[in-house]
Amino acid sequence: MAASLSSVMPATGAALFFRRLFRRKLVLAAAIILLIAIVAALFAALITPFDPGAMRVARRLRAPDGVNWFGTDELGRDVFSRIIWGGRASLGIGAAVVIFSVSIGGLLGLLAGYFRRLDAVIMRIVDALMALPDILLAIFLVAVLGASAFNVILALAIVYTPRVIRVVRASTLVVRELPFVEAARALGVSLHRILFVHVLLNVASPILVQATFIFAYAVLAEAGLSFLGAGVPPDIPTWGTMIASGQQYADRAFWVVLFPGLAIVLVALSLQILGDGLRDMLDPKLRKAL
Amino acid sequence: MLKVIARRAFGLAIVLAIVGAMVFFLTRLAPGDPAALMLGDQASAEDIAKLRETYGLDRPVLVQFGLWLKEVFSGNLGHSIFLQRPVTQALAERAEPTFFLAVFSLLIAACIGIPAGIASAVWRGRMADQAISGFAMLAANIPSFWLGLIFIQIFSVRLGLFPVAGYGSPDAGLLERLRHLLLPASVLGIVNSALITRFTRASMLDVLDADFVRTARAKGLPERKVILRHAFGNALVPIVTVLGLTLALLIGGAIVTETVFGLPGIGNLVVSAVLRRDYPVIQGALLVVAAIYVLINLAIDVLYTLIDPRVRM
Amino acid sequence: MESAPLLEITDLSVTFRGEAGESTPVRGVSLSVNANETHAVVGESGSGKSVTSLAVMGLLPKASSRISGGAIRYRRRDGLTSDLAHASDGEMRRLRGAEIAMIFQEPMTSLNPVLTIGEQIAEAVRLHLGYDRARAKARAVEMLALVEIPDAARRADDYPHHMSGGMRQRAMIALAMSCNPALLIADEPTTALDVTIQAQVLKLIDRLRLETGMGVLFITHNLGVVAEIANRVSVFYAGEVVESAEKRPLFHAPRHPYTRALLDCLPARAKRDENNRRILNPIPGQVAPVKAGCGFAPRCVHARAWCHEVAPALEAEDGRVIRCHRWQEVA
Ligand SMILES: Nc1ncnc2c1ncn2[C@@H]1O[C@H](COP(=O)(O)OP(=O)(O)OP(=O)(O)O)[C@@H](O)[C@H]1O
Ligand SMILES: [Mg+2]
Repeated sequence: MAASLSSVMPATGAALFFRRLFRRKLVLAAAIILLIAIVAALFAALITPFDPGAMRVARRLRAPDGVNWFGTDELGRDVFSRIIWGGRASLGIGAAVVIFSVSIGGLLGLLAGYFRRLDAVIMRIVDALMALPDILLAIFLVAVLGASAFNVILALAIVYTPRVIRVVRASTLVVRELPFVEAARALGVSLHRILFVHVLLNVASPILVQATFIFAYAVLAEAGLSFLGAGVPPDIPTWGTMIASGQQYADRAFWVVLFPGLAIVLVALSLQILGDGLRDMLDPKLRKAL
Repeated sequence: MLKVIARRAFGLAIVLAIVGAMVFFLTRLAPGDPAALMLGDQASAEDIAKLRETYGLDRPVLVQFGLWLKEVFSGNLGHSIFLQRPVTQALAERAEPTFFLAVFSLLIAACIGIPAGIASAVWRGRMADQAISGFAMLAANIPSFWLGLIFIQIFSVRLGLFPVAGYGSPDAGLLERLRHLLLPASVLGIVNSALITRFTRASMLDVLDADFVRTARAKGLPERKVILRHAFGNALVPIVTVLGLTLALLIGGAIVTETVFGLPGIGNLVVSAVLRRDYPVIQGALLVVAAIYVLINLAIDVLYTLIDPRVRM
Repeated sequence: MESAPLLEITDLSVTFRGEAGESTPVRGVSLSVNANETHAVVGESGSGKSVTSLAVMGLLPKASSRISGGAIRYRRRDGLTSDLAHASDGEMRRLRGAEIAMIFQEPMTSLNPVLTIGEQIAEAVRLHLGYDRARAKARAVEMLALVEIPDAARRADDYPHHMSGGMRQRAMIALAMSCNPALLIADEPTTALDVTIQAQVLKLIDRLRLETGMGVLFITHNLGVVAEIANRVSVFYAGEVVESAEKRPLFHAPRHPYTRALLDCLPARAKRDENNRRILNPIPGQVAPVKAGCGFAPRCVHARAWCHEVAPALEAEDGRVIRCHRWQEVA
């Protein structure tokens, strides 16, 4: 009778949110996996059994065993330790891309949604940026800016900002017509207060959902760029650079390529599931669509 | 109707113009002198100055942009020093593998995504639906280059079913080409089927509850016909959109996949151009890809009017 | 035996399974339709009219509903009787459209927007009558002419969005009639139409019934429509038949308090009974199925204590049936 009990109990917004979260076991599992990945990345030094750069030529390309759980790479480095450290870089880059694109995209989206004039200009540029495939635009930007971890972040932020702008602008256009925003305006609440408090609070959940997706895209794109040699320099271990440098040994030592890839899939998939779940939980109207 | 399409075409032309400007000015932002870059380390200052002059690099940036635009409109995308040929020629030489790869991948993606999406919608909420949705979600989050490496290991290296890489000898026949394309196209197709699956499912769900589907059942039509003719027929418009969208995405996906499989396509060209900072090629490729994107979008608009009698005039 | 009814529903119950548990919006419904007769079903929104008709068509949503009791006996053209409540999918498919046809309430959305009217009719004809493409097309045109669509040959190539609501409903009727059904189910076919069109469509259905001798199960919540078209009337309330009779006796001497209340709402009568209006109590919130007693009791001005406790049984008398404890005292 647990179900009927919970449906009788009054629920606050937060309690309701967590109840829905727990009802969706898959979303919960995804959240836990991400939590583990993030904690592992933060405390990489404490977790990893080996120094990620420590080479032992005697143990080159060893298959996974009790010592090197995911085997060793072409320089005898421990693949497991490098995946943890690589996660630190990959997730860090992903998180930075999210922060950049959400803050800039959020601001531009608000402005576009609120000011007609700016809207025309901003949306034209957004359209132009979105006319190029993500990865192509990103490698072009990295080529122009120079290959470094920071420039990869910058390039990917530019690539994904238009998505945020679109989402925020659309929500802003809806919210600004809502009665309470009109009322606030009529009461003489200053314009940027309206913008930042009322509208922002209301577009928070679509932004959160979009941020989760962008995190996933960024992790995938960073790996792609690094793989192409147009991303993070090969001496910094990220999941992308690990696959890139390991690919020529894949015939002899598949683990060098397999495990970093699995890490990418696991994290990206979890982010996607979390994003979908958040969307469902925050906006029941959207549940059926996609 | 024509007016609507004309307006869309105009909007898309503006998009293309902005892409052009963006590409041009961002390229000028790049560190280092392009002329020095082209000539390499051993070039003398004199040589560099001469090259700057021939390419107009000594003129003000806006003038350079004007000149460049003029050239672009007359179909000249510049000259690649590295490749010793005009960019248009370089692109044209590499177009075939990319084109076949994209079309072949789209075919595979559609063959997976459309039936899967239909099945998923028809069996909504059941095991099959969950399995399909789960697969789609997984496919969308696999890096294509990694899947490519895994496939090469399994199907080419271990099983020996396909060539490991490349596009075959220059005079190889169509069948030989297909053999080289099947593996990369499968990778791209699988990864890109996810979007098609989700879209097909969503648009089928929208129509499966429609009154006219009930009418079709009330006629006594077999379920297969109800779903394929009546429901799917009405879900076609959004599905065509997503096919177009996927084709555009595939062009981006091809860049990475071509590199993995050593296919001599435009993607491969762009990557090597980026690595050696061959800016004319990068600019040209970006413009062409944006133009293709714009054309695909326009084609979708036109297709709408052909499919949906409500829009047709 | 010629007098056996074409369709005989006995004790039909339909149960839905939803998030909030099970509900049974149709409970123990019995009614029958004879050939060459129009049986009207009246009742307010949510009383189970559509669910009953979908049960006959075998079009209830499979995933969420089931026929939880009773039988739907249909006398087929070959003389045998089938229980549609327990028929196989294949048998239902052969009957649907061929022997039993249905018209729906929403003419605007009930036709496929991407197929021409002609194609949609021809599709049914080819399926059930085995016509080839050309003959089916000709049949479609013939049917459109039959439902008085002007310039039928040209109209057959039109898409639904080219047509007005009344025109589309005619096209729906043409589609339903295209395979000469023995039973036509019309679920509020005129509700979405304006009054003049409504009258034309009613006349059309009645004319087709006379010409073909089919039985019609006509669902509506409009007693004015019933007066015009019905031979027999069943009144639904909250998933049950509360009264069923020939049209004339029902209109002249309604027995159930609910029927009387409905009739008093007709404009022609409302004036006459100015001093005696309070027959229908306001709805107490949503009409929820009551746990015990008469379903109508909460709204009935004649209700007594036992009406709330004991559910009345269906009583039959001189060709009428009624479900009320007090009908003899009240009438
Ligand atoms: N698919 C369904 N799932 C759950 N409940 C349903 C479903 N269809 C109908 N019902 C329930 O069955 C009851 C009867 O519905 P029905 O459509 O038969 O009413 P109706 O008499 O046709 O009303 P109206 O005049 O509005 O058409 C309603 O209370 C409705 O909630
Ligand atoms: Mg109804």
